[in-house]
Amino acid sequence: MKLSELPINEERTILIVNGQGSLRHRLLEMGIIPGTKIKITKVAPLGDPLLVHLRGYELSIRKSDAELIEVE
Amino acid sequence: MLIALVGNQNCGKTTLFNALTGSNQHVGNFPGVTVDAKIGIIKDAKEKIEIVDLPGIYSLSPYSQEEIVTRDYILKNNVDIILNIIDATNIERSLYLTLQLAELNVPMVIALNMMDEVINAGNSISLGELENNLGIEVCAISASKGEGIKELLEHIKRIASSHDLPKKNDICEESTPVHRAIHAMMNLIDDHTKKLNYPTRFVATRLIEGDTILQEEIELSPNEVDMLGHIVLEMETDGKLDREALLASTRYNYIDKVCQKAVKRINPYTKEQILSNKIDKILTNKYLAFPLFILIMGLVFYLTFGLIGYYLSLLFETGIDAFINMIRTGLEKIEINEIVVSLICDGALGGIGSVLSFIPTIVTLFLFLSLLEDTGYMARIAFIMDKPLRKLGLSGRSFVPLLIGFGCSVPAVMSARTMASERDRKLTIMLIPYMSCSAKLPVYSMLTLAFFGQKSALVMVVLYIIGIILAIGAAFISKIIIKGKPTPFMMELPTYRLPTFKTTLLLMWDKAKDFIKKAFTVIFVASLIIWFLQSFNVKLYPVTNNEESILALIGQFLTPIFKPLGISSWRITSAIITGLSAKESIVSVIEILIGDATALKAIMTSFQAFCLLLFILLYMPCVATFAAVRKELHSTPLAIGYMVLQTIVAYIVATSVYQIGSLFI
Repeated sequence: MKLSELPINEERTILIVNGQGSLRHRLLEMGIIPGTKIKITKVAPLGDPLLVHLRGYELSIRKSDAELIEVE
Repeated sequence: MLIALVGNQNCGKTTLFNALTGSNQHVGNFPGVTVDAKIGIIKDAKEKIEIVDLPGIYSLSPYSQEEIVTRDYILKNNVDIILNIIDATNIERSLYLTLQLAELNVPMVIALNMMDEVINAGNSISLGELENNLGIEVCAISASKGEGIKELLEHIKRIASSHDLPKKNDICEESTPVHRAIHAMMNLIDDHTKKLNYPTRFVATRLIEGDTILQEEIELSPNEVDMLGHIVLEMETDGKLDREALLASTRYNYIDKVCQKAVKRINPYTKEQILSNKIDKILTNKYLAFPLFILIMGLVFYLTFGLIGYYLSLLFETGIDAFINMIRTGLEKIEINEIVVSLICDGALGGIGSVLSFIPTIVTLFLFLSLLEDTGYMARIAFIMDKPLRKLGLSGRSFVPLLIGFGCSVPAVMSARTMASERDRKLTIMLIPYMSCSAKLPVYSMLTLAFFGQKSALVMVVLYIIGIILAIGAAFISKIIIKGKPTPFMMELPTYRLPTFKTTLLLMWDKAKDFIKKAFTVIFVASLIIWFLQSFNVKLYPVTNNEESILALIGQFLTPIFKPLGISSWRITSAIITGLSAKESIVSVIEILIGDATALKAIMTSFQAFCLLLFILLYMPCVATFAAVRKELHSTPLAIGYMVLQTIVAYIVATSVYQIGSLFI
């Protein structure tokens, strides 16, 4: 399933990172790579962006970008 | 000795820089780009130690100006040592950049910042294990408390003088597809990199990852480009992933291994992170986030422009006026030519004084903005504002520059450079002048007090709101015209921290210095020119009557153009022209040419005054802003275009309001 569909605070493993160009490159560099555990910890007041927790830190990404990340 | 300070954003880099250099720093510029280079001098008995504060970055890929600047700086300058600062509470992500830096073949030291927070949480990081596995010496420091700085400096000096390179830079296990690809590539490009004196391993890794900029720079032959493609294809087939994912996971796998040995994490969160989460439960709460945001910003603006700024400015102004009067009496006493007295008191001192009286407001505003930035609240603003701003074709990151625009357009335009997307940056810079800058404030307050009396505050608020509404309109229109790629929005929400006293103080000093510099250069010259224009006639004889001056002539010539928006006095036209040097000079020109509120009221109605205010709100920003825009966009035509567009918008809006309003009034 997509990361954007994951319920809050449920940790899953990343399977595939879709997308292309600098966006995808940036996602990978920030540690969002296949095999990494990730969870959504917060949703912004207006429903977007999301706050995700991975590798011991928190990163805010947009819902549309979270749709590119497939988890178990 | 030259030290390059490199690290992620929010890792305490600026704090460390300040701790090392104190006030011995100046802002320079990297050639060709608009990224600021802060250069500091470290006091040392034996040799001159220079340190460059490079931009906060996450990697050395060429996807943002900051990243390109950093890697070019290290590749092309004779950097003696890289000082890589790392946030110990976020070590895994920070080491990603470290691994790339280690490939640059420059001596290196790691400063492990915020170790105190890690220990406080009951966790530990073994420096020995880190050093052994990374092949780089590590110093634990606390930049904000100033701990470990001396030891760090000793390390830096020793390693720089011994020229010891990072010992291990093979991050991949032997016989893995990535390892094979990198080594094949190193053999292929060795001649090219030697010619340029570039580190072969770094370039090989980057080429495999798909770095087209470096690929062009080292001038591969068509045959070699084919071989590169072949090497990458083989790696992707064997590794069962694409090139970018393969390299990113190779680096992170290596980091995982290092951290397994070095990091003992009992508590997943530090005390500071737990506190941060609690604060965020309120500040980014679904229902409370926006009311609190408005409250905080309201308080900042009230304190800046109302309470603190206003009284401080008043105090400053009184002092400056007293000083000028003292000089005037002194000069008159010794019976100097009255033109010289006028040149000194009205021309030079008057112009500078009117700007200097503005320093308290500017410094107070920057104090608050830096507090918001350094505590980490700005990142939360971007987080909660991203969705509405994206509807306008902007991103959450545009919000901060726009906000600073209320203070001064120049730093606002400069702060837009942190945005990764060129399109967002252009759009944000274009919208900044709609945010009424604080230099317009004295103009507003003079005119509104004269014409609207007790309702002056209300009229001012209306002006600010009109600016914002027009900005939203402009954003909508540009969104339709400029279609760009969707831009990634990836941002850390840093742990809330109190900025150090020193950092805040230095920043305020910096801003005050900038402003004083502006007062004594651009505005000084502009004041003298304007003084000259209004004190002499075309035959260069001093005039006794203002109406015969050159400025009057220019004003009279241009006044017909301003007729449609209700301006019929050449004095006002002249004031508008002088506003191009700096908005606050409108005040002094009106004071000199027209006089007080009663005199003002005699030449225009309050409705005409309102239209004039609209025009002043919207027309071309001052020369300093123009210079900043031109520099940030790397384009003179584009900057001129923005300024012309701005003036056209101002003209159309003010004219329509005056013409339509006149039908009813």
